[in-house]
Amino acid sequence: MKISCEQASHICNKSQYKEAGFWEIFRLRLHILTCKACASFTKKNTALTSLCERAGLNTLSEADKESMKKDLEQRF
Amino acid sequence: MATHELHPETWVDQYADYLFNYAVARVSDAEIAKDLVQETFFAGLNSAKNYKGDAAERTWLIAILKRKVIDHYRKINSNKGKAEVRINYNSDSESEGDWLEEQVADPFSKDGDNTIENEELGMAIQECISKLPQKQSVVFKMKTIQGMSTEDICNELGINPSNLWVIIHRARTALMGCLNQNWF
Repeated sequence: MKISCEQASHICNKSQYKEAGFWEIFRLRLHILTCKACASFTKKNTALTSLCERAGLNTLSEADKESMKKDLEQRF
Repeated sequence: MATHELHPETWVDQYADYLFNYAVARVSDAEIAKDLVQETFFAGLNSAKNYKGDAAERTWLIAILKRKVIDHYRKINSNKGKAEVRINYNSDSESEGDWLEEQVADPFSKDGDNTIENEELGMAIQECISKLPQKQSVVFKMKTIQGMSTEDICNELGINPSNLWVIIHRARTALMGCLNQNWF
């Protein structure tokens, strides 16, 4: 039932993308109860996720960038 | 002060997303924003000889983009703005007959502040992402911003899942540190 800090951080990262299973999260919670470092990591990690969501980030798709690069190169 | 040099061949990789976010926040249309970024790069290339090297490359490009955004609004306003000046109390017939008081901004609304704050947050995050090593920033963007699945990213980049999670972990840790300095 016990997991290492490394495993805990892995589960934590996965859970930021909703890819962690129920038991994994259960184990993470259990680990956090006794591990201060992982508790603080999880808190910060979750905060980062919510910041990214709040900012509503946009990126150009790779295809768009490729075509941009080509257009730009023609003018060099 | 160190003088800066222009490297147009790296512009798209380094600044396209940053400029794109800046533009989207101002014109709120992805297609128009994309065109503006493209025009900015062209304009930058054309006037590269005027670049004195006082400002960093990105600052210089943002300055150009700013002018492009202004030009864009000038253009869309001149077409109809010249044609007629409309002072309508209500533009849609739905709310015809309603009173002016109802259109006053709600003083208790915090939406305005939030929009501005979120925009600044977006720029801060983009700036931090651009400081990451190339590979980390690519993977982080695909995963977090484009929301691609682990499997798709692995296939596209030819890496295995545990590899991907290590990269994500490093990127996230670096971003936490960077945002800690620049945002909080």
